[in-house]
Amino acid sequence: MAKRIEAVGVTAYYGQFKAIENITMTIEPRSVTALIGPSGCGKSTFLRSVNRMHEVLPGARVEGRLTMDGQDIYDRAVDVTAVRRSIGMVFQRPNPFPTMSIYDNVVAGLRLNGLRKKSSLDDACEKALKNANLWDEVKNRLNKPGAGLSGGQQQRLCIARTIAVEPQVVLMDEPCSALDPISTGAIEDLIFELKNDYTIIIVTHNMQQAARVSDRTAFFSISQTGDPGRLIEYDITSKIFTNPGEKRTEDYITGRFG
Amino acid sequence: MTALPVTLRARRLPGFAPWAIAAGAVAVAYAAVYIGGLMGGGGFLALVAAVLLYLVGLGVIATRVEGSRAARNRIATSLIYSVVALALWPLVSVVWTLVQKGTSRLDADFFGHSNAGITAFDANGGAYHAIIGTLEQVGIATLITVPLGILAAVYIVEYGRGRLATAIRFFVDVMTGIPSIVAGLFVLAFWVYVVYPLYSPDGKPGYSGFAASLALSVLMLPTITRSCEEMLRLVPTALREGSYALGIAKWKTIVRIVLPTALPGIVTGVMLAVARAAGETAPVLLVAGGFDSINTDPFIGNQSSLSIYIYQQAGLGSQFGPPRAWTAALTLVALVLSLTIVAKLLARRSKLK
Repeated sequence: MAKRIEAVGVTAYYGQFKAIENITMTIEPRSVTALIGPSGCGKSTFLRSVNRMHEVLPGARVEGRLTMDGQDIYDRAVDVTAVRRSIGMVFQRPNPFPTMSIYDNVVAGLRLNGLRKKSSLDDACEKALKNANLWDEVKNRLNKPGAGLSGGQQQRLCIARTIAVEPQVVLMDEPCSALDPISTGAIEDLIFELKNDYTIIIVTHNMQQAARVSDRTAFFSISQTGDPGRLIEYDITSKIFTNPGEKRTEDYITGRFG
Repeated sequence: MTALPVTLRARRLPGFAPWAIAAGAVAVAYAAVYIGGLMGGGGFLALVAAVLLYLVGLGVIATRVEGSRAARNRIATSLIYSVVALALWPLVSVVWTLVQKGTSRLDADFFGHSNAGITAFDANGGAYHAIIGTLEQVGIATLITVPLGILAAVYIVEYGRGRLATAIRFFVDVMTGIPSIVAGLFVLAFWVYVVYPLYSPDGKPGYSGFAASLALSVLMLPTITRSCEEMLRLVPTALREGSYALGIAKWKTIVRIVLPTALPGIVTGVMLAVARAAGETAPVLLVAGGFDSINTDPFIGNQSSLSIYIYQQAGLGSQFGPPRAWTAALTLVALVLSLTIVAKLLARRSKLK
């Protein structure tokens, strides 16, 4: 598990609007890469390009080259569902399926992709919930609705649901922005454990969070409204936060801009 | 600087005051109408006068004691309750009349026999044949329209892009406005005169329950499509994206995530369409013809339905016809109501506790 993602000259559009331009970066396996930057700079757009969720929106398209361990994600022969199974995604707001129980939520990805065997599903459910640090809290109410959990628990349920299909890469789009500090702490601990097995890319507005959880940090920015977002600097997290190479990065992380 | 008084307490009417004013208003109104013989009398007039007197009296007293803002609040509250009562009145009145007049023929004869050989001056007679007709016609129409309507809504919401989807939406809207008799005429021209002779035993045009089902389908389809469309639009995009992100294919996302989430609303929409179809009379009479005997085959020959039965019996100038119509009406309402309750329970059972 865990694969390397390489982006070369990635440009993404919403209809006529160019949201990101010419992003080139390599994301290392078994590490956490944080994407930071002001609102509207294209962090989420880039993230959604990686597992082809960007094209779900009408008129949205991606140019350039994105590969996972050398395989072109945007090749014509590629099956989109296979890409998304290998590159899972956790969203900003927890979105458990409201008609499903906790158990059904966790195994949804497996079951709806054809796995029927009860014992395999049970094992996968327990393993995913344990990996998501949620097992002890929900093991006695697996048949209760997933929407009945607290916000932090719901988000960990969504992480469990994502890792249950055993992806290579996990994308997280501001996974803690709707959560309180204690739930955030739980998710950050979880991210720290997950990076042993997965490649993790996390978009965050919280620079302390980026500094705490990530190994590498990419700073995105836009020169002015309406311009596409660009990758300004990408380096080891400690370097970005202590000795950034670009003045704009320094301005942003010290709070002088953005 | 002129400071406003900082007290938070205000003078309030005691809790019994509205009731006392109401009692006073009723007493004055009834006295004026009945004893004073004002405006010819009448219970309804007294009620209207009592409500008006209550509103005026409450307004005056509350303004004096509590001030104008509190008085406006009280009057607005009372007005809203009065309007709710006014809106519920026709409903309660209809149900009450149905129960009152419809129970006279609630007997085994009515539900066990058809109306064959029963004239306007015979005491017995039943609606068994009409109940069968309604169940078959509405049942077949539902079987036709529910899959079509849901699929059309799924296309419009999930797949439709550009002109074709806009055109379909437009024509669904147009279909919603089709008068029911026009739907009946269409089926008369199409099924009764053209298709029916192709399979009928004698090769001649004829009425059938299935023709009624088709006419009802024309009426139900746009209603189901539109309500289902609205319900599908209410399902958050985040759920679809959550499913796509698990590598679940689009059609599977729709079948297993989107439709179950929208199910309770879809069921409500379907039941509204069923209720409307069950009460349709003109198109059914036009293409099913009506019949006094039992015909369980919806494809061949005349069939009755509860709505036709009500129409025919209510028009009879005898002491036996109208009671049969009232009981049939009560049966029809009870049938639709129980179907709705069962459907809602089923939809709720599929949801988690």
